[in-house]
Amino acid sequence: MSYEIVCGLEIHAELSTATKIWCGCENAFGGEPNTRCCPVCTGLPGALPVLNRRVVEFAVKAGLAMHCEIAPRSVMARKNYFYPDMPKAYQISQFEKPMCIGGYVDVETSQGPRRIRITRIHIEEDAGKLLHDAYGTGTLVDLNRCGVPLIEIVGEPDLRSSEETKNYMEAVREILEAIAVSDVKMQEGSMRADVNVSIRPVGETALGTRTEMKNLNSFRAVQRAVDAEAKRQEALLAAGKKVVQETRQWDDNRGESRGMRGKEDAQDYRYFPEPDLLPILVTPEDVARIAAELPELPAARRARYVGTLGIAPADAELLTRSRAEAGMFEDVLAQGVGVRAAVTWMVVELFGRLNTTGRSAADLPFGGADLGRLVALVEAAKVNPGSARRILAELMEKGGEPGRLAESMGLMAVSDAGGLSVAIATALAQNATALADYRSGSAKAFGFLMGQAMKAAGGRADPKLLSAALREALDGAGNGEA
Amino acid sequence: MNRSEGPEDLCRIDALALAGLLKLREVSSVEATRAFLDRIARYDGTVGAFLHVRTEDALKDAESAQRTLDAAASGGPEAPAFCGVPVALKDNLSTKGIPTTCASKMLEGYLPPYDATAVERVKASGAVVLGKLNMDEFAMGSSNENSSVKPVRNPWDATRVPGGSSGGSAAAAAAGFAAFTLGSDTGGSIRLPAAFCGVVGLKPTYGSVSRYGLVAFASSLDQIGPLTRSVADAESVFGLLAGRDPHDATSVDRPATASATRGVKGLRVGIPREFLTDAVQPEVRDTVRRAAAWLSAEGATCVECALPAVDYWIPAYYVVSSAEASSNLARFDGVRYGHRAGTYDSIASMYSRSRSEGFGAEVKRRILLGTFVLSAGYHDAYYGSAQKARAHIRAGFEGVFRDHDVLLSPVAPQTAFRLGEKSGDPLQMYLQDICTVGASLAGIPALSVPAGFDGEGLPIGLQLTGPAFSENVLFAAAGCIERSAGCLGRFPDLDRAVASAKGA
Ligand SMILES: [Zn+2]
Repeated sequence: MSYEIVCGLEIHAELSTATKIWCGCENAFGGEPNTRCCPVCTGLPGALPVLNRRVVEFAVKAGLAMHCEIAPRSVMARKNYFYPDMPKAYQISQFEKPMCIGGYVDVETSQGPRRIRITRIHIEEDAGKLLHDAYGTGTLVDLNRCGVPLIEIVGEPDLRSSEETKNYMEAVREILEAIAVSDVKMQEGSMRADVNVSIRPVGETALGTRTEMKNLNSFRAVQRAVDAEAKRQEALLAAGKKVVQETRQWDDNRGESRGMRGKEDAQDYRYFPEPDLLPILVTPEDVARIAAELPELPAARRARYVGTLGIAPADAELLTRSRAEAGMFEDVLAQGVGVRAAVTWMVVELFGRLNTTGRSAADLPFGGADLGRLVALVEAAKVNPGSARRILAELMEKGGEPGRLAESMGLMAVSDAGGLSVAIATALAQNATALADYRSGSAKAFGFLMGQAMKAAGGRADPKLLSAALREALDGAGNGEA
Repeated sequence: MNRSEGPEDLCRIDALALAGLLKLREVSSVEATRAFLDRIARYDGTVGAFLHVRTEDALKDAESAQRTLDAAASGGPEAPAFCGVPVALKDNLSTKGIPTTCASKMLEGYLPPYDATAVERVKASGAVVLGKLNMDEFAMGSSNENSSVKPVRNPWDATRVPGGSSGGSAAAAAAGFAAFTLGSDTGGSIRLPAAFCGVVGLKPTYGSVSRYGLVAFASSLDQIGPLTRSVADAESVFGLLAGRDPHDATSVDRPATASATRGVKGLRVGIPREFLTDAVQPEVRDTVRRAAAWLSAEGATCVECALPAVDYWIPAYYVVSSAEASSNLARFDGVRYGHRAGTYDSIASMYSRSRSEGFGAEVKRRILLGTFVLSAGYHDAYYGSAQKARAHIRAGFEGVFRDHDVLLSPVAPQTAFRLGEKSGDPLQMYLQDICTVGASLAGIPALSVPAGFDGEGLPIGLQLTGPAFSENVLFAAAGCIERSAGCLGRFPDLDRAVASAKGA
């Protein structure tokens, strides 16, 4: 029998607000254990939460970017459970009345575009971290992460393959990154997913029994976990056994999951409305204002690049990978340079250098406007491409203004007739053999002489002008006459 | 040697009078503080009101307060309202660097790193904190017999309970161990002990006093309030506690429309029939009628009225308060502070052993009840129904307050009962709250004011309940009862209390 995968994700993303969700503590990754906390986020007796309104703004932004309805009134609720990383023994989350309801995310797959529905997005607090044997033996608790704001994006079970699942997660990551509400650093755990997997015979519409794997924090792990779990369930069914609804622990090193003895499923969280917090009200005016602040989302931007600007899809993909890169490209274009030149300088020159140096566009000491000015200098033949590359290298090291760098580095193009003819005369005088070869019909010799002339011009000559002048100097200099 | 009358008197006058003497520098803060400390040393072994006395530190704070008073007297900045006045705080109020145990083994040794907002405000008023007061464990109880440390005895009769859960706060105010005290009220925990001990106790409108730093019992019901020897003190202390606090999302500023009534002329007083049944001690019923006459004599109109939904009060209260408590008290898990079991072999056994050892029987009973009413399958029938009942109760009060400005009733069905008398029967104990939990569920203010004594010389307190933010109306009506009842200036005989405690 042939089965299809049915998968749904619950994606947790930490919001990058300046402070935590209930207190004024800094919201930042890491830090010495238990230094970024206070009575509120460590749940000391008597301490009370007060909602950081920025968290609401960020969540509404995410909801709008994923086409959700925004609830005018949503309610925080207590999810009660004991675990040492949760010092209040309850997580303040949302249950019956979440903030965002019913949206979708469009995902590209090898089978074509798919629309994955979002059930809800709600806000909640993150927990601390357990450190096993990090300081001597035994388990210690680091509460720095307590009270970091999270959104949980609950998706419908619309995903039909591990590839779709991975692409969906990437699409969500891309949106959150573009609207600047989360750092989406998977390796730091600021984005992670709980994966629900079931299988059913192809053609069947009822859902099979699902299992859940929690806290997967890489695309690769998600993809592998879905495949492995589908295979495991298939083997069970083939052997005439049943899939048991349970939470399983995914071990990415071993590439397999193991059951957690059904303990998790016996949990009764005893949700009830959080009496320490008032309902959250979001007015239509709030929604309109936040909607107006939404930037162009990556998918729309890619479509515009390909459709309107005529950029190749692969390049459009690269240019919209991150907020920093897309923003930079827009700034290059804003300098009035040609699209092709802009794409070449971004994709080939800049991304190429970033790739080899392992740096990221977000922490360059110069902006898109600077790169745009450099491209404009090239287009105006004021700097030749080779010099422009040297200027780019300098920009990447120290930043600066391209025109002034060209001056100070002595890279302004040699384009006047006098300068060019001095260079050519020098080249011809020093390379009599090549000159003779040229005269005897060697095309290669022209290239060599061109190189020598460029060298004599200190590399600053405009190649087109130099080439024309050299040809004229050679051919105009007579017929075989030395 | 006979002790001079002076220091003893300092312990009997009300807080405003003492603040006045201190400002006039007729007495120093150190003298006043020492007078209270001496009295505590002499009698609290019997009463048991304090869990922690800051003898040295209180004297140091008094010296510092005195410097402020001296500076003010020589033309410096005006001293704050209660500068140098010795006060004491219920042990569920978080006090920076001062033990805060909620009278529970669970919090033995816990030193909070921060002050509750109410504590901050009391300190900012210049008051000197003498120490922390005994209570029912985690504020769960009506007799103060649930303290894990020791019971509190009623200063009027040491064989009797002071009421709970703020029993230490009421007994300390009555016994003259502090100029005023702070307590907390979830279902009657300020009003009931105030009535049993013959002091004034106010449960403010929910949200008018910040709960930040009050170790939570039931978050939607808890309010901090004063226990004082006069209505004027209660009004004054409430004034300094009240007001929005950015650390408590449920706190609010009193609306500008809040009444500022001074007298009771024209006041429409309702007397709920539901609390005048045979189940109420006759002397308590008589006192209600006498108070109605006093109010009428000053121009109020008093009529009997029907208060709807009273039958739902106790069940709704115990479901809601226990549900919230089960969640609020889950944080006491032995991981970071408080009691941790000596031996355990897993995280689960560490939790269960620490909690089994740390909590007393009543606390466990409420945690179990609360866990049950929130459980899948029972949630809607219990917690859901209780929330509906609560809305119904609130609506009932709103209806009554269309025709009445204030309600007059007993605080409890009877005066202080004997230690041990009801401790074997939780349900009998829960019925002590029958008159008080309504105001808690509705979030409205209610005040207990001394109005007389029964045949055994035990104080009788009456409750005044008004709509949200009507504290001023309650103070006006309570002032009338205080003037008329002649209880002001009557003090328990602590030497007799010591003797009867020994005899008991
Ligand atoms: Zn904090």
